[in-house]
Amino acid sequence: MIAFLRLVRRDLRLAFRQGSDATTALVFFVLTVVIFPFGVGPEPNILARIAPGILWVAALLAALLSLDRLFQADQDDGSLDQLALSGPPLEIVVLAKAAAHWLMSGLPLIVAAPVLAVLLQMRDGFDTLLLSLLAGTPLLSLIGTIGAALTLGARRGGVLISLLILPLYIPVLIFGAGAIDVALAGLSPRPHLLFLAGMLAAALPLAPVAAAAALRQALE
Amino acid sequence: MPSFSGTQLTCLRGDRLVFSHLSFSLDSGEALILTGRNGSGKTSLLRLMAGLARPWQGDLRFNGQAIAEDMELHRQRLRYVGHAEAIKPVLTASENLAVWAHLADAGRSDAGRLGAVDPAARAHAALDWFGIGHLADVPCQVLSAGQRRRVGLARLLVTPAPLWLLDEPTTALDRTAVGLLNQVIADHRARGGLVVLSTHADWPIPNGIALSLDDFAGLGPIVVDGDDDEAGANDAPGEVGTDHDGAGGAPPQAQARVDPEHRP
Repeated sequence: MIAFLRLVRRDLRLAFRQGSDATTALVFFVLTVVIFPFGVGPEPNILARIAPGILWVAALLAALLSLDRLFQADQDDGSLDQLALSGPPLEIVVLAKAAAHWLMSGLPLIVAAPVLAVLLQMRDGFDTLLLSLLAGTPLLSLIGTIGAALTLGARRGGVLISLLILPLYIPVLIFGAGAIDVALAGLSPRPHLLFLAGMLAAALPLAPVAAAAALRQALE
Repeated sequence: MPSFSGTQLTCLRGDRLVFSHLSFSLDSGEALILTGRNGSGKTSLLRLMAGLARPWQGDLRFNGQAIAEDMELHRQRLRYVGHAEAIKPVLTASENLAVWAHLADAGRSDAGRLGAVDPAARAHAALDWFGIGHLADVPCQVLSAGQRRRVGLARLLVTPAPLWLLDEPTTALDRTAVGLLNQVIADHRARGGLVVLSTHADWPIPNGIALSLDDFAGLGPIVVDGDDDEAGANDAPGEVGTDHDGAGGAPPQAQARVDPEHRP
């Protein structure tokens, strides 16, 4: 547990010192969402109808944005060797990486999402939007660690990671955006949210195990 | 008293045999010096010893216990300094060291005892030892290659461990730093520690056990159609040497020169 917190702190400190990394996901998210009304037109009804989908697709792409550097930076300077040799098992290292990734790319989006939803003429369902992002964005970070670990050392890893991970992101997208749609239609989004929470509960132990196994392969 | 040994180690990278039938034995206070041409498998052997990679055949034992049995324990008793220093340019030298010290402490059962001295203080002391104490609070991106190397080596002193694995530690070091490193290694051995290091330089280590990886060289890819490579791969090391000059001819030798450190 101490090691986990130390690792999260290290990653956050690195991100803030590097400056741009910390805000990239948020800036990307805001810009993508803001651009949509220009393309679709300012018709309030249409915007309100597609708002959940836009927010969720943008959140998903923003999470994907920084994934390819997740382990690559540590691999390049030898830190990954040392992480593998330091006290905590690799699974904890992966979990800490996912937590740091979420704190930098997931949490800011959750804060920004309601404001952007207003911009997209969404009038209702803000609580569902927040809950779905709260359960969904950690899931994006966790699943992302598997892709990042598998593509470690591969040339053009960024493209490869998208191909590997996007299919796994689709259930998250369907249930995340679906929850808000259902809430806007006046029905209970509870089943959708519970499904997201269930997937999160499964990914929390499984994704670090899978990613750690991939990392061990990459280190050999 | 710690001891470290490997028997009949065979290392395979991809489909290429890097070395085979390599054995060594180290007792308390001894140093193993790995030499060999580029690509002879010095780094591969050190990574096997660290447990980062697994030998294709053979086993490694620490105090008589196979290291694969308890990797967590093995990780705690070794310090590995590789080609890359594992230094983040945006962190200061002492912050870089403190991260590893904290992680090492967190994993140890005797954390309380070691934790009595603050990791940051230990990092400063180690940097002082290597003569770069005045650079402790400078971001590492402004350090020179030799200074970064010193920071990397200071990690050995921050958290003690019985087994040191050093991959060409003298790279980029000036004469003074090599002297300091010699002193650190001598102190470590006097306390009963073990050192395995690889080197290209003509670097005298008193009472070091020399091990030339060239004597255990594999003969290129072991799965090749209609060639005698496979036979060479399974040969005893002594015969491999004669094989080079004899039946093998030019092609297998040329293949054996491919750099094993290359990773995709």
